[in-house]
Amino acid sequence: MTATARQIPDRLTSPAARALKSWESLLLVVAVAIFLLNTMASPYFLDPWNLSDATFNFTEKAMIAFAMAMLIVAGEIDLSVGAIIALASTAMGMAMSLGAGTPLIVLAGLGTGLLCGAFNGALVAGLGLPSIVVTIGTMSLFRGISYIVLGDTAFTGYPAGFAWFGQGYVFWVITVELVIFTFAAVVFGTLLHRTSFGRMVYAIGNNPVAARFSGIRVDRIRFILFLLTGLMSGVAAVCLTSRLGSTRPSIAAGFELEVVTIVVLGGVSILGGSGTILGVVLAAIVMGLVTFGLGLLNVPGIVMSIVVGALLIGVIAIPRLISKLRT
Amino acid sequence: MSILKSREAVLALAILALLALIASRFPAFVTPANLARVLTDTSPLILLALGQMTVILTKCIDLSVAANLALCGMVAALLDGMGVPLAVILPAVIAMGAALGAVNGLLVWKLGIPSIVVTLGTMTIYRGTIFLLTNGAWINAHQLSDTFKALPRAEMLGLPVMAWIMIVAVLLVGLAVARLPLGRALYAVGGNPHAAGYAGISVGRTQFAAFVLAGALAGLTGYLWIARYAVAYVDIAGGFELDVVAACVIGGIAIAGGAGTVAGAVMGALFLGIIKNALPVVGISPFWQMAISGSAILIAIAVNTLARRAPGRIILKREEAAA
Repeated sequence: MTATARQIPDRLTSPAARALKSWESLLLVVAVAIFLLNTMASPYFLDPWNLSDATFNFTEKAMIAFAMAMLIVAGEIDLSVGAIIALASTAMGMAMSLGAGTPLIVLAGLGTGLLCGAFNGALVAGLGLPSIVVTIGTMSLFRGISYIVLGDTAFTGYPAGFAWFGQGYVFWVITVELVIFTFAAVVFGTLLHRTSFGRMVYAIGNNPVAARFSGIRVDRIRFILFLLTGLMSGVAAVCLTSRLGSTRPSIAAGFELEVVTIVVLGGVSILGGSGTILGVVLAAIVMGLVTFGLGLLNVPGIVMSIVVGALLIGVIAIPRLISKLRT
Repeated sequence: MSILKSREAVLALAILALLALIASRFPAFVTPANLARVLTDTSPLILLALGQMTVILTKCIDLSVAANLALCGMVAALLDGMGVPLAVILPAVIAMGAALGAVNGLLVWKLGIPSIVVTLGTMTIYRGTIFLLTNGAWINAHQLSDTFKALPRAEMLGLPVMAWIMIVAVLLVGLAVARLPLGRALYAVGGNPHAAGYAGISVGRTQFAAFVLAGALAGLTGYLWIARYAVAYVDIAGGFELDVVAACVIGGIAIAGGAGTVAGAVMGALFLGIIKNALPVVGISPFWQMAISGSAILIAIAVNTLARRAPGRIILKREEAAA
């Protein structure tokens, strides 16, 4: 039950005016403001290599956030993404210790991500279980398997070629991760906004029952979305493992929070049915700039997590508070 | 006889079977002294599961309980370090836990933000606050006063006070859920929020009350935890919220709200507690604990959801009024 019925104007405002008032343009303004603030706060900020380093703060999380955004638009959620990274990274470590080369190691990571996504998808779409509980369970299960395999040890000594994904540069300061991030943004943006698949995702998020009666294979699309989220977690696992050069079972702990925060900050409704990939891209950049700026000011990681948590709640709370005070 | 009614019986049988299985190889595990130890060890989980149960009944979830516990426990330890008597600390941490729960509750009630988002956020904020309070420093046993550490371990009638506090809390919450208007409101709100609204029950206020109760129990458990283990640091009870949700799901509390019992939550917690305590005895690495909890959640949710689905297809229900 919504408190007020939505007003339907007899004439729409012009597309330009709507774009100007959109959440995305607000994010753009915020991003520019934080960029300027950082430039003033620290003399080290405006250095191409420092900025290139700053992109690592968001590229891995944003890759997952694109898939997560589609999942949340469809009215589901996946809290197991951090655990999928841990399990995929563990699989890569096992492949490495069995003597596999870089291509097979990467394949092990991506394959594990897909399998984990398929497992989540089968439980949610196949058995019809609620995704929050399923992914809280698999979050425990996937990371738990990493703990069983590794205990308090770690996989180290990945081959030199493997370092390319997380530490390599394509051109000057443009990192491999940044290229993967950009590519993923374009692919997911096209998928959500330019294909019939994307329209079906919105339809499911707005009303799954109506979508089913319109002939949309709701469960199959849900399954594919979990598969995509698993795959992108696998991609992120390759990048993160390559960047760190080691695998511990605690790798990527708390990633799920930051990924969900990026998605929500990007203007995707947590209740499903609305949001854009452009918003998620901008939100990822805002998050990256905030954490990097705080890092330059020597703010410890756990304090940054307070900022992330406050951001997550604030972004949803403030618009609601304002509209509540207006009425 | 519906499956709903017998779920607690099934769970009780599962616990007995688990105990019998362990006892067949390690009879020392089922001696009364050891079972009392297991019960005491599981008390924090049971206390938090009670609060979580009331929250889940109203269609919400509280992922911040472990962080709330850790923050309240740290504040208790800091107050003790300042020489504040235990008689003041105890009500103070319960009030503080309730206040932290109230923050969650207000955001859900007044702004209508989904509880999972709210508590995912407050989870990190509460835990980060511990760091701000202490700069990451540990408070060790020798920095805590003896009276502070003694209470949960003191024995009464063969059981430590910690276990007695848990038992009293179970009885009080059980009574409240069954006999107070608020308890019935929890089920009404979770079962059908619209109908509850028409019946004059405020959905938001009921959810708020559940969050406050969960917070107060987390605050109390925070003191018990720090006092029993005699150490406080930022990461205390990290990830414990998952065990709490697991206990509820195993105990048959429906994640969609409106169904579940105190007995179920207690037994769900005991089931996990027995496994956790039995692992080292049976000789399985404690690193298995996390994967076992995860599997238990998945099996329990699958069994509960699929069992509940069948009656949904029956259009005319017989004897439903008898339940």
